[in-house]
Amino acid sequence: MSVAVEKPAGAAPAHAKGPKPRLSDRARQERWLGWKLTAPALIVMLAVVAYPIINAIYLSLFNKRITDPHSGNFIWFRNYKVILTDSLWWHAVVVSTLIMVITVVIEFVLGMALAMVMNKIVIPRRTLRTIVLIPYSIITVVSAYGWQYAFAPTSGYISKWLHTISFGAFNENYDWFGHHWSALIAIMASEVWKTTPFMSLLLLAGLAQVPGELQEAAEVDGATFWERLRRVTLPSMKAAILVAVLFRALDAFRIFDNIFIMTKGSQDTTSVGVLAYDQTITRSEVGLGSAISVLLFVCVVIITFIFIKVFRTDLSRVRGD
Amino acid sequence: MAAEISPKAKAWLAVAAVPIILYTLLPIGWILSLSLKGGTSITDRNYFPRHWSWDSYKYIFTGPAHNLFVPALINSIGICLIATIIGVALSAFAAYGIARLDFPGKRLILNTALLTAFFPAISLVTPLFNVWRSVHLYNTWIGMIIPYLVLTLPISIWTLTAFFRQIPWEMEQAAQVDGATSWQAFRKVVLPLAAPGVFTTAIISFFTAWNDFVFATSLSSTPGKAWHFDGAQTVPAALSYFTGKSNFIPPTGFVAAAAVIVTIPVVILVLFFQKRIVAGLTAGAVKG
Repeated sequence: MSVAVEKPAGAAPAHAKGPKPRLSDRARQERWLGWKLTAPALIVMLAVVAYPIINAIYLSLFNKRITDPHSGNFIWFRNYKVILTDSLWWHAVVVSTLIMVITVVIEFVLGMALAMVMNKIVIPRRTLRTIVLIPYSIITVVSAYGWQYAFAPTSGYISKWLHTISFGAFNENYDWFGHHWSALIAIMASEVWKTTPFMSLLLLAGLAQVPGELQEAAEVDGATFWERLRRVTLPSMKAAILVAVLFRALDAFRIFDNIFIMTKGSQDTTSVGVLAYDQTITRSEVGLGSAISVLLFVCVVIITFIFIKVFRTDLSRVRGD
Repeated sequence: MAAEISPKAKAWLAVAAVPIILYTLLPIGWILSLSLKGGTSITDRNYFPRHWSWDSYKYIFTGPAHNLFVPALINSIGICLIATIIGVALSAFAAYGIARLDFPGKRLILNTALLTAFFPAISLVTPLFNVWRSVHLYNTWIGMIIPYLVLTLPISIWTLTAFFRQIPWEMEQAAQVDGATSWQAFRKVVLPLAAPGVFTTAIISFFTAWNDFVFATSLSSTPGKAWHFDGAQTVPAALSYFTGKSNFIPPTGFVAAAAVIVTIPVVILVLFFQKRIVAGLTAGAVKG
């Protein structure tokens, strides 16, 4: 799209200048300027991402442990074999995947409802859009502490409220962080709360592009609210939905902050991210930690690949260019 | 499109806004409430404080926790501001090039930005931890600022590219026809036009850096002494090192007070620049 817009604009003054050699001169100058302007950002990104990941791939082939001076032997793919045959790794993959699927589904439904209200609302329009931004801007760690203290049986109000609402059926002193599923619920509550607004804003931008005439035509033809949503609204904002969902899914899969603060991985809530951290920072196993980092990266690539293949998300078209 | 909304629908939508507002404000009100609860009322499990007190704030600013919290706050502000400025400056050049000039390799930089954003930060932690220790960048400001560019650069490049594409470029061409070079046109004409977009991008990328916990908790160990710059731990990481008045009392109130302090600046930014932030977050994300 940009090419179509820019070509005539860029070419017009050059043509006005006349002879051909000067035109190519100008084009070359433009090309150089383009490279000079983009090079610093590109180099920094490559340096801070490409170099470390190559380094991680290299380190993952050694049995290196910082605290052990006799370690550091080249052991080929043995680290990968250790990880991939360990149930701890597969459990972490399951936890990360579960969190990703459940939170993204909830966030999508909530985010869509939020976006639809924000799209149509008249009275507290500005206030609503401002308030919705607040969870997005709150530090994840702060959100994690807030939810942890809210669920904790020693200081929290949630169990107490549930106790009152259920007329005493819910245990007032329920230990949310003492069981696998309840701990996951607490973690996901924080994750969903903090990130739904971002999702809803992306969806809102998509909603704004749904042609109004199409909606009206469907309404005139007697389509119900759900029919219009399923047949008109959602299909015409497919691109926005896929981008929002993919971004959130990748983010949720690498979940670290919330788990680290709320459970530190206890009750089998260790995600892939927490596992990588534990190996490297807590246990100084740089070799194993690197291998997990590489595998986490591979997981992210696989998720992206599935999205692009299955949902035919054209990322370069939707983001930026 | 939004013109024909019946009064009844209007009222229903206003009602629908109530649960949304509660949803967003309830957890925030809770943290605020915790930070203001005095003495033993912190464990009373009431949503609203019964005994108000500023003790928790005193504890983190002048009390026993001040040499943990105050330097961490300085680190957070300094490191995030520097990372934002470098990230936005580099991105401004790149985005101008992408939006404005015709050259091969445009796609490469946008795709690199996309890949960088998709890249799991935690995967960088192990190699950076290893390298930083050997080159003595562990627990230093520079050692934090460099990885923060991973967070600020990609988002800045997209957002700015999207903003720059909306700028009326005829003005730049007019300047060039009048004899200005590409560089002069950029500096004198484009930059003033682009300033609002640049500012918005800076806010968004500051939020991203401000939010980081992954790098902070693995590449820094202490906040150092205030104004001595001998440590690089930021607030999100320092929060997890808070201790209560004794080992058996959880630091709930102090963590809540510190959380409120680091939340205030971002909430103020949101309140003042709501419209721009929304535009920035969605710019470039969705195109027809």
